[in-house]
Amino acid sequence: MVPADQRAPASPPKRQVAPWNDERVRSLAFQSLTLALVVGLLAYLALNAADNLSRQGIATGFGFLGREASFAITTALIPYSPADTYARALLVGLLNTLLVAGLGLVLATLLGLALGLARLSANWLLGRLALVYVEIMRNTPLVLQLFLWWDLLRLSTPPPREAWKPLPGVYISLRGVFFPVPVYDPLYLWMGAALALGVAAAALLGVWGRRRQARTGRALRLGLPGLALILLPPAIVFFAGGAPHLLDVPHPTRFDFSGGRSITPEFAALLAGLVAYTAAFIGEILRGSILSVRSGQSEAAAALGLTRGQALRLIVLPQAIRVAIPPLTSEYLNLAKNSSLAVAIGFPELFSVTNTVANQTGQAIEAMAIVCATYLAISLSISLLMNLYNRSMAPVER
Amino acid sequence: MKAGAARALRWTRVNLFSTPLNAALTLFIAYLAVRLLPGTVGWAVLRASLTAADDRACAASGGACWAFILDWSRFILFGRFPYAQQWRPAIVLVIFAALLLASFSRLLPGRWLALAWAGGLGAVALLMWGGVLGMPYVDTALWNGLPLTLILAAGGLGISFPLALLLALGRRSSLPAVRTLSIVYIEGARGVPFIAWLFLMLVLLPLFLPPGVAIAKLWRAEIAFALFIAAYLAEVVRGGLQAIPRGQYEAADALGLGYLHKTALVILPQALAVTIPAQVNTFIGAFKDTALISIVGLFDLLQDTNTALNDPAWRMAYVEGYVFVGAVYFVFCYSMSLYSRRLERRLGRERR
Repeated sequence: MVPADQRAPASPPKRQVAPWNDERVRSLAFQSLTLALVVGLLAYLALNAADNLSRQGIATGFGFLGREASFAITTALIPYSPADTYARALLVGLLNTLLVAGLGLVLATLLGLALGLARLSANWLLGRLALVYVEIMRNTPLVLQLFLWWDLLRLSTPPPREAWKPLPGVYISLRGVFFPVPVYDPLYLWMGAALALGVAAAALLGVWGRRRQARTGRALRLGLPGLALILLPPAIVFFAGGAPHLLDVPHPTRFDFSGGRSITPEFAALLAGLVAYTAAFIGEILRGSILSVRSGQSEAAAALGLTRGQALRLIVLPQAIRVAIPPLTSEYLNLAKNSSLAVAIGFPELFSVTNTVANQTGQAIEAMAIVCATYLAISLSISLLMNLYNRSMAPVER
Repeated sequence: MKAGAARALRWTRVNLFSTPLNAALTLFIAYLAVRLLPGTVGWAVLRASLTAADDRACAASGGACWAFILDWSRFILFGRFPYAQQWRPAIVLVIFAALLLASFSRLLPGRWLALAWAGGLGAVALLMWGGVLGMPYVDTALWNGLPLTLILAAGGLGISFPLALLLALGRRSSLPAVRTLSIVYIEGARGVPFIAWLFLMLVLLPLFLPPGVAIAKLWRAEIAFALFIAAYLAEVVRGGLQAIPRGQYEAADALGLGYLHKTALVILPQALAVTIPAQVNTFIGAFKDTALISIVGLFDLLQDTNTALNDPAWRMAYVEGYVFVGAVYFVFCYSMSLYSRRLERRLGRERR
């Protein structure tokens, strides 16, 4: 762009143009018109709303957030009782959304990776099986799948005494999914510290190895020693501290379970549905991005004498990840947004809690404004994080 | 014969037993198939019942309860549309099927196809509304089931398309106000879940209208749907706009074309053509999203099924019910995705 004051003297004395033919006047007029239309429409809607609300005697504003919520929430990460405020109820909902989105993101990525690899596998049967799974998941609505999961978990599961035991200590019954958790021991804190120390030592070892390789040209096999550095310190602390391995295992009682932790059928259905659905998309993204790396790349790697594993790790995957990041980002965003479908099956995440709050208080506009702003914030922060990661993965051009 | 057997053997070795890991996988899958397949086939076909009186009778025989689908088929497909008049939505389904087939098979040239869609949708409106030709008038609240899903999808796409073009062009515009508005709309619409849109439109829209003005639920859902898809479609079209080499813009400028002519005659036709597969994919997503209206109290295919499942005689037949709905969605979505893949291959060939 040339600053206007430099351009002005250079331009020859222009022919006079009529103002309606002057490009600048026209662009200004068109933009003002567009803005006026949009602002006018919004103002019209706002005036109508103000009018309607005052006629129905609904007070506007966010004052209702401080009032007592007086409804129960089945799953809460922070202490919550019906005596708490609406604001706290919404916070509980937001935390549940983040919980389900965070867990779903990790699990869907793992399952998606497995699916993508299965689709690429040389085994014909495995590839076909994965393809059938992917097509079924991608071509049916998520909300339908959620309904199916939910009914499976609340209608077809047995009572606690006859609960299914897919793994030792894990029970699935119509009360939800119960699983054991380790009993807290102060030693675990020390184990965490030892683990951090090990990771730091392994990172240092890696840096040293790379420097050495740069100096001498010889690559050292540091994978195993690095792993040992990470895993050994916590293990040593664990056994030195007497190996506390008490588990809080759930036990079936007559109508319920005691001990362990549990998740409600709604939560289990939402998580299972989101993961099963999103993984199909993630699998296809990963498969496509690996295929997008031209075969010449792995041939060149082979010609350089790299093993197949090295070629995959050093040549193919770094290029594939770069291709995969943008579509993965939008898939993660979809997962976060799709968690709002919990409203269909009654899991109390942000959207269902907001829905309840709006119904109870009648402050639907304010409640929807809160929920929309929150989802926008979540979406924007996920895309920001992924953009940062994307930039760090971008090729360095010389 | 012998060559065939040898080839089959070689195929088996290469595709199923190439490495020890592969062989183990093959054996494991075969084991699973032997364990699970007979039970599944037995449930779905052999022990299934088309005539059982309720879900307990099916449970006794241990098979699928397809009798539920048969018993409730007309409600699932057409919902509360007046029973004696249900031939009308049935014809609507046939019209939609014919339009989709005509579009996929590319029997009709583009202009005729557009005309066929316009005529077809007109006929759909006539059949659903009635009020003429001796057909009694039927309120939109009774337009239920599969026709509702299809009307919502077709109408939503029809309305959203021009909007998406405007938004995509707006986002690429050199006018800052227009560009900012487009970006705010697109990012705002995509950052919020569709279900929030639906609640906004169905619950809150009446609050924003002057007293006395009411829009039927169906049209509110349609508006929400169109506004929502438009943002996604706009991004697809923008991708196409960006993919067009600068030379095309410059050549149009050199020919002395103004913005409108340049856009309509040179840029958009190319941008739309290269993004057809992506548009179809967006549309598949949108078609699946129509199922969400079941949450906000419209009686689409899914909500009809949910209602039918409230019948205490069939409460446990939910697997059969959802499998049926899933199969209907699958047929539509999978044929669209096959179509988009074929198109993609053809476009790829043409460009080379």
